[in-house]
Amino acid sequence: MSTVIPPVDDKERGGDSLGAERQGGARGGSSSLVTPPHDYGWRLEDLDNDEMILNMGPQHPSTHGVLRIELRTDGEVVRAARPHIGYLHRCFEKHAENVDYPGVIPYTDRMDYVAAMGNSLGYALAVEQLMKIEVSPYVQAIRVTVCELQRIASHCLAVGAYGMDIGAFTPFLHLLRDREKILDLFEWTCGARLLYNYNWVGGVSHDLPEGFIRAARQFLRDFESVTFPEMMDLLISNKIFIKRTAEIGVCPPALAVSYDLTGPNLRGSGMPRDLRKDAPYMGYDKYEFDVKVGKGEFGPVGSCFDRNWVRAAEMAESAKLVHQALDALEKMEKADVHEKVPKRVKPPKGEVYSRSEAPRIQLGYFIVAYASGINPYRVKVKSPCFTAMSVFHILARGMYIADIIALIGSLDVVLGEIDR
Amino acid sequence: MDAQGLHDLLAGKFGERVSAFQADALQPWSVVAPEAIAEVAAFAKADPALAFDNLMCLGAVDYPAIKESVPRMELVYHLYSYTHRHLHVLKVMLPREGASVPSVESVWGVANWHEREVFDMFGIGFTGHSDLRRILLPDDWEGHPLRKDWVDPEFYTGMHVRPTAQMAERFQAGEKIGIGPFDFTPFNAHVDE
Amino acid sequence: MTNSITGPIQNRFSETSLVFTTVDNVVNWARKSSLWPMTFGLACCAIEMMATGASRYDWDRFGMIPRGTPRQSDLMIVAGTVTLKMATRVKRLFEQMPEPKYVISMGSCSNNGGPYWKHGYHVLKGVDEVVPVDVYVPGCPPRPEALLYGVMKLQERIQEDHVLRRRAASTGSLAGASMAIEAIK
Repeated sequence: MSTVIPPVDDKERGGDSLGAERQGGARGGSSSLVTPPHDYGWRLEDLDNDEMILNMGPQHPSTHGVLRIELRTDGEVVRAARPHIGYLHRCFEKHAENVDYPGVIPYTDRMDYVAAMGNSLGYALAVEQLMKIEVSPYVQAIRVTVCELQRIASHCLAVGAYGMDIGAFTPFLHLLRDREKILDLFEWTCGARLLYNYNWVGGVSHDLPEGFIRAARQFLRDFESVTFPEMMDLLISNKIFIKRTAEIGVCPPALAVSYDLTGPNLRGSGMPRDLRKDAPYMGYDKYEFDVKVGKGEFGPVGSCFDRNWVRAAEMAESAKLVHQALDALEKMEKADVHEKVPKRVKPPKGEVYSRSEAPRIQLGYFIVAYASGINPYRVKVKSPCFTAMSVFHILARGMYIADIIALIGSLDVVLGEIDR
Repeated sequence: MDAQGLHDLLAGKFGERVSAFQADALQPWSVVAPEAIAEVAAFAKADPALAFDNLMCLGAVDYPAIKESVPRMELVYHLYSYTHRHLHVLKVMLPREGASVPSVESVWGVANWHEREVFDMFGIGFTGHSDLRRILLPDDWEGHPLRKDWVDPEFYTGMHVRPTAQMAERFQAGEKIGIGPFDFTPFNAHVDE
Repeated sequence: MTNSITGPIQNRFSETSLVFTTVDNVVNWARKSSLWPMTFGLACCAIEMMATGASRYDWDRFGMIPRGTPRQSDLMIVAGTVTLKMATRVKRLFEQMPEPKYVISMGSCSNNGGPYWKHGYHVLKGVDEVVPVDVYVPGCPPRPEALLYGVMKLQERIQEDHVLRRRAASTGSLAGASMAIEAIK
């Protein structure tokens, strides 16, 4: 393995495995030789006799999306891994500059498409901070209900797909059954199954229908009594699952903080950081819930198992939150959800960075409003999966190829959010 | 610690390289001279009173020459401390062409990818970066799209990029590709042949 | 379904246990009833495609078993936004599929660029710029039932295919392959 890695020179390097398409590339002006902490600069001549560059291509039977990982491997052990992203870059930030503030919300849904309620909530909160709008407690309770249900749905998919990646197909079907029930509830409320355009600036698009509270409680009863124990028994406590995941992908807390891992990824490494507790928004300080932290029961703290366990256990906490939010909703009288929605969203000149605890961890929106136009001047999204992927090459060193899949699944990346 | 105190700490250490505190914004910011940003970042992380161990966001905003503003590109760093739970914003003002800034990659590991993205979208160079190349767009893409003066090219390796002319052309040529959802040949048409 | 089977198939079970039909019918029936898709899930539509494969909207009852590799599949469901970076890979995967092959474009992003048509500098405005498409399923994302309807439309299409006599207008068989080269260029 090379220790000092010279800077990458496009003309010499084989580069992409599909080398014919790469012409030469636009490179930055970096001419200083800094020994990088990453194994990014390998060249074909640097490989040992038994090593090869293997491409886990953009198309693969995995749920996470079009991610390409170049592995430098001897066939089983990965010496270095280099992820390539951008295969789903849909120019969200350019669109945000060209449509008006409410029109950006459908585009935010499509970033993290597995958990769309969280994205639009983050954006709506940021614009409301700019316009200094306070929504009513009724709307806040609706938003909490919907977001926590979305968190359960998103973790169902995450944990189920993780099991499927490891090789267990059945828990995926069980968890998707419950996800379909939640999507039914959402479809009843706002008409869409996956991408809702629900959280508007100043309110939500549709009020909860009659009978929603009863149906949601019914779902939660089924979930807490059947699906959650089933998932914990069948998948999380499964000896094979533990053996496959509990020793790999260990991320120490300092590395996690430096690479800006948040949410279950950070809590899996042992740091009890949850934005809903640290900087509560939308009335989260009135609800009681625990923050699940990885304990390292079966291996070192911060392994793939811990991160996944935090997600699985969080589902029960979200169910508790939904119960409390529904209780709060029952006590309140119905208010108009469009009451604070402005006719024309024109924030005054300013900029704000607002974070929220989306299901896929801490999503941040940096919105610049300039010259009081109806379009945002700049919307920069700090995508949590982007930062999670940036630590991938460090954690992937020395793993088996089969464990690479487990590592991606435990970081729970969704490429739509990475590439925006 | 509040924003004014944070700024005073930084200004006290770095003098005139940390300037222009904007206090009345929603999230107050300090302006840092471009060549000093790496040192300021290292200090911000190492100093126990500041302890900014988390770089929340690194973004750039392009301000071309519009009426009342100075044409510039702003690099915005949002810092957060997990120990003290305070946040601060650092800004670096850069010219719109040929800008170059020291990389903060050695301070916060996540800055590696953030800086690659800023380079990809805006063309700002980062000196000392270990691997500065495009991250989201293909390597042979020309131009930096998020600049305000970006114009979509016509084609990229033979594929249409700009939509309007293409759609109009194909429609006017009467082209019918594939099958619409409701026209299909009836069952067993071939049996009668 | 009844037309295409009992019509061209003359059933003599009760008398002589013989069934008469044409080779075309049987081959097409076999091909359409066991379409093995290569799951080419790119974006949000991929989640709806997974939901179609899950237990509520099961596509296994149509004989569709998802295969990960293009070499063993005969249907490519392009589900999600195709970007310019990805478009060359889509073309390559389509070329790797063996004949007869079919393409369903699922969702408005792969139909014509979808919500990203206007300012998406990196979005391919319709996957039919690189591969020939048989069925377009609109929606953003289309419901699982919509995808199943698209599959059923494709099955009707396949039923009219000819094993020996190529009809110029049909894609998916060899005539489709020669048309594809024009479309991709």
